[in-house]
Amino acid sequence: MQMNTDYAKIERRSLFRRRTGKAVTYFLLTLWALIVLFPFYWMLLTSVKSYGAYNAEYVPAFFTLSPTFENYHTAFTAVPLARYFTNTLIFTLVTTAVMLVVIVLAAFAFARLEFKGKNLLFTLFLSLMMIPTELVVITNFQTITNLGMRNTFAGLILPSVTSVFYIYLLKENFEQIPEELYKAAQVDGTGDFKYLLKVMIPISQPTIVTIVILKIIECWNSYVWPRLITDDPMYFLVSNGIQEIRENGFGRENIPAMMAAVVVISVPLIVLFLIFRKKVMAGVSRGGTKG
Amino acid sequence: MLKKNLKAWLYLLPALLFLGAFMVYPLIDVFVYSLEEGYNSASQTYHGVGLFNYSYVLHDPYFLQAVKNTFILVIITVPLSTILALFISLGLNSIQPLRHAYQTIYFLPYVTNTLAVGLVFMVLFKKTPYSEGMVNLLINWFGGQSVDFIDGPYWAKMFVLCFYTIWVVLPFKVLILTSALASVDENLYKAARLDNTPKWRMFTRITLPMISPMIFYLVITGFIGAFKAYSDAVALFGTDLNAAGMNTIVGYVYDMLYGNSGGYPSFASAAALILFAIVLTITCINLLISKKHVHH
Amino acid sequence: MKIRLENLTKKFPNRNKKHGEYVIAVNDFDFEIPSGKLIGLLGPSGCGKSTTLNLISGLETPTEGKIFFGEDDVTHLPPENRGVGLVFQNYALYPHLTVQQNIMFPLQNLRGKDKLSKDEMKRRALEAAKLVQIDTLMERKPSELSGGQQQRVAIARALVKMPRVLLLDEPLSNLDARLRLQTREEIRRIQKATGITTIFVTHDQDEAMSISDQIVVMKDGVVHQIGKPQEVYDHPTNLFVATFLGTPSINVFRARVQGEKLYIGEENVLATPGIQDRDVICAIRPEGFLLDQEGPFTLGLDRVEIMGRDTSVVCTHEAAVSEVLRAIVRTDSLVDEEKNTVRFSLLPRKVHLFDPETEEDLPFEV
Repeated sequence: MQMNTDYAKIERRSLFRRRTGKAVTYFLLTLWALIVLFPFYWMLLTSVKSYGAYNAEYVPAFFTLSPTFENYHTAFTAVPLARYFTNTLIFTLVTTAVMLVVIVLAAFAFARLEFKGKNLLFTLFLSLMMIPTELVVITNFQTITNLGMRNTFAGLILPSVTSVFYIYLLKENFEQIPEELYKAAQVDGTGDFKYLLKVMIPISQPTIVTIVILKIIECWNSYVWPRLITDDPMYFLVSNGIQEIRENGFGRENIPAMMAAVVVISVPLIVLFLIFRKKVMAGVSRGGTKG
Repeated sequence: MLKKNLKAWLYLLPALLFLGAFMVYPLIDVFVYSLEEGYNSASQTYHGVGLFNYSYVLHDPYFLQAVKNTFILVIITVPLSTILALFISLGLNSIQPLRHAYQTIYFLPYVTNTLAVGLVFMVLFKKTPYSEGMVNLLINWFGGQSVDFIDGPYWAKMFVLCFYTIWVVLPFKVLILTSALASVDENLYKAARLDNTPKWRMFTRITLPMISPMIFYLVITGFIGAFKAYSDAVALFGTDLNAAGMNTIVGYVYDMLYGNSGGYPSFASAAALILFAIVLTITCINLLISKKHVHH
Repeated sequence: MKIRLENLTKKFPNRNKKHGEYVIAVNDFDFEIPSGKLIGLLGPSGCGKSTTLNLISGLETPTEGKIFFGEDDVTHLPPENRGVGLVFQNYALYPHLTVQQNIMFPLQNLRGKDKLSKDEMKRRALEAAKLVQIDTLMERKPSELSGGQQQRVAIARALVKMPRVLLLDEPLSNLDARLRLQTREEIRRIQKATGITTIFVTHDQDEAMSISDQIVVMKDGVVHQIGKPQEVYDHPTNLFVATFLGTPSINVFRARVQGEKLYIGEENVLATPGIQDRDVICAIRPEGFLLDQEGPFTLGLDRVEIMGRDTSVVCTHEAAVSEVLRAIVRTDSLVDEEKNTVRFSLLPRKVHLFDPETEEDLPFEV
C-alpha cells in the first residue's frame, strides 16, 4: 500500500510536469510565430489605411475600421509598379528557363557521356562552387558595361544563367538512374538527346522542380546585380523598385502607399509557397541557403 | 572516339561559355584589378602595379567602419540565430497538433523579398515627428524611453540590423534543424527514457551529438552568409550606408564599384579579396573545430 | 517479480476514418506472468505483440485495463519510473558512445542515495558485459561491431540497472540464421543466470518454441492461446494456432465426420470417437503421416525431398486447403517415386479437428 501512494505521487508529478512543459512550449512557439507574422500584418494593415488617417495617428492603431484600396491605386499609378512587376516576371522566367537548358545539358554530359579530361573538368567545376559572387561581380559589372548592355535584359540575365551547384545536384541525380536504361536506349538506337529528353528529365523531375523553385525565389528577390546594372527605372526589378519608391517615390512620407507596393511585391512568392509548401521546404532543405 | 568527345564538349559548351565569361575570367581579373594602381574606369588605363589598393582600402575609415559593423553583426547574429533556431526546432519537434501550421509560419520570411519586408521593419522601428512608431510604443508601454532605431544612436541601429538579420536567416536554420531532429532514431529517446534519463541529459548526451553535423553546417554557412550581409542593411537604412554609418564590407565593395562614390573597381577588388580572405580563414577555423567535436 | 495484465486493451485512432474510428491493437488481454520466467509473445506482424510490450514498458498507455508489477498497479506510472529494461529491435545503441559508455548510460542517471561512484559504475558495466561476453570490446563504437555484438551490448545496457522486467522486441530479427540460433540460446542462458522475468516478442515460432517457458499466441490484438510451447503445439485451441505453429506447417483439409469416423474425400482415414456427424476442418501435422502400403489415406505423390535425417514427401489431394501438403518420414523408409500415389496411416494425436465456422478445436478421444 505504501508503494501505491508513492506511485500516485510520481504519476501526478509527471503529469503536471508534462502539461506545464507543453504549455510553455506552445506559448514560446506562439510568441515567435507572432513576431514572424507581425510585420506581415502591419504591412497589410498600413496598406489599407488612408494617407490622412495614417499620418494623423501619433499612436499607431492596431486595426482600422475604414479600410481603403486607394493606396493600391496610388502604388500602381504614381510609380511604375506594374512595370517593375513585369520586368521581374520576365527576368525570373527567362533566367530560370535558360539556366535549366544550360545545366541539364552540362549535367548530362558529366553523368553519362565519356570524354577526355572529364574528371579533371568536374573537379574544376566543383572548386568553382567556393567562389563567392562578390568576387566576380566587379569584373562582370565592367564586362557588361563595356559591352553596352547596361539597362538591358541581356545584361541582367546573362551572368546568372549558370549555377555550378545546380549542375552538381542534377548530375548526382542523373547518375542514380540505372545505366542499363541508357545502354538499352542505345541498343534501341535512341539518340542521346532524345534519351535525355524522354527518360532522364522525366525521371529527375523532382530535382528539377526543386531547382526551379529555388531559382525563382532567388530571381524574385535579387537586388545587388540589378542595382548595379540598371539605373533606368524602365528596367528596375521589384527590389530596386521598392528601394526607388522608398527614396524618391510618392513623396517620402506616403507610408501606406509604400506598404501597398510591398504587399503587391510580396504576395506572388507567398502564394507560390503556400501552394507548393512541401516541395518548397523539401527543396530548400536540400539545396538552399540564405543568410 | 573523337566524335564522342566532340559531342560531350558540345553539351558542355553553354555552361563552359557562361562560366568562363562570368566566373573564371572575373576571378582572375579581380586579382589583376586589385594590383593595378590608379586604374581609371573611363580610359581603362593605370599607372602602376602594386599593393597600393590594399593599403588604401585598409586605411579608409569607411572600410574600417564596414569591417567593424560586419564583425559585430556576425558575432551577434550567427550564435544567436543558431541557438534560437535550435530551441524553436526542439519546440516544434515536441508538439503534434499545429506543428505544420507553425512550420509554415516560421518559413514565411524565407520567401519574402528582403528589401520589401525591410521597409516594413523600418516603418515599425522608425521614429518620426508624426509618430513614435510601433516598437517605441511597446517600449513606452514597458516604461522605457523612445529611441530612433533608424536614424538614431549606433547601437540602436545595430540592434535593428541584427534583429532583422536573425528574422531573415532563421527559417532556413529552423528547417534544417527540424529535419535533423526528426531524423534521430526515436528509439534512442525511448531507451533513454526507460533508463530514467533527465531531460537535460537527453539533450546534451543524445540530441546535441546526434545533430552536431547539422549544427556545424549551419554555423559554417551562417558565418559565410553573415559576412556577406548587405541587402538587409540597405533595406533598413537606405542605399547610402556610409552616411548612416551602417555599411558592411560587401556594401563597401559595391559603393566603390558604383553609386555615389563609385568608379573604383581596383579598390572594390582589393576590398572583395580581403573579405574573401577573412571568410576563408574563418571557414577553415570552423572546419578544424568541427573535425574535433562533431560525431559523424 | 510477477506481472499481471488485466483486461488490457489499446485502441489507436484510425487515420482513415472510413475503416472505423479505432484500430484495436490489443484486445482484452488477461495474463499473469509468473516471476522469473521467460515468456514468448508470438504472432504474425501487426498482431499487437509489440504494442503489448510497449504497454508493459509504459511507452504506451492502455485505453482500458490494468498492469500490475507484483502487487503494484503501474498502469499510469511513467516509463522512467517502472524499472524496465527494453531491448529494441534495432538495438537503439547510442552511436556516438563507446560500448562501455553505452552500458554505463543508465547507471549515470541514478541520483540521490542510489548515485554510484565512477569506479562502481565501471565495475557494474564490466560485470554486465561479461555476462553477455563482450567485455573485450568495451572501447569500440557500435558501428565497429557486428549485429550480434550490438545485440549483446543492447542486452547488457538493459540488464546493467538490474531491471524488474526485461523486455526484448524481436531480439533476433536483425541477425543472420546461424547467429540467430546461437543468440537465442544465449538469451536463455542470460535469463536463467539473472532470474529476471523476461518477455520477448517474435514472429518466428521456432524462436518462441525453443526457449520460452510459456508462449502467448496473438493475432489481430486477440490472445489465442497461452501455454507451455509443447502443450500449445500438441493441443492448439483453434485453427490459427495450429497453422501458425510448426515447420513445415500443418496440413489442412476439408473433411467430414460420419458415424464417429473421419472422411477426407471418400476415404475413411481415422476413427474419431466423441464427434457428432458434421463437416469439419482437419489438420494433420507433417509427422502425423506414417508410410503404410495398406494405409487408409491415399494422396497424390508430387515429389520427394531428402533433407538429411528426414524425408519430406510432397503430396496433393483434392480436399486440401493448404497449398502444399507435406509429410515428414524417416529417410530409411522408402517411397516408390515411380507411382503416382502414396498411402499413409495417421497418428491420431497428430490430427486435429476444427469447426469450419468458429475454427475452434473439436476434441476427440485418442
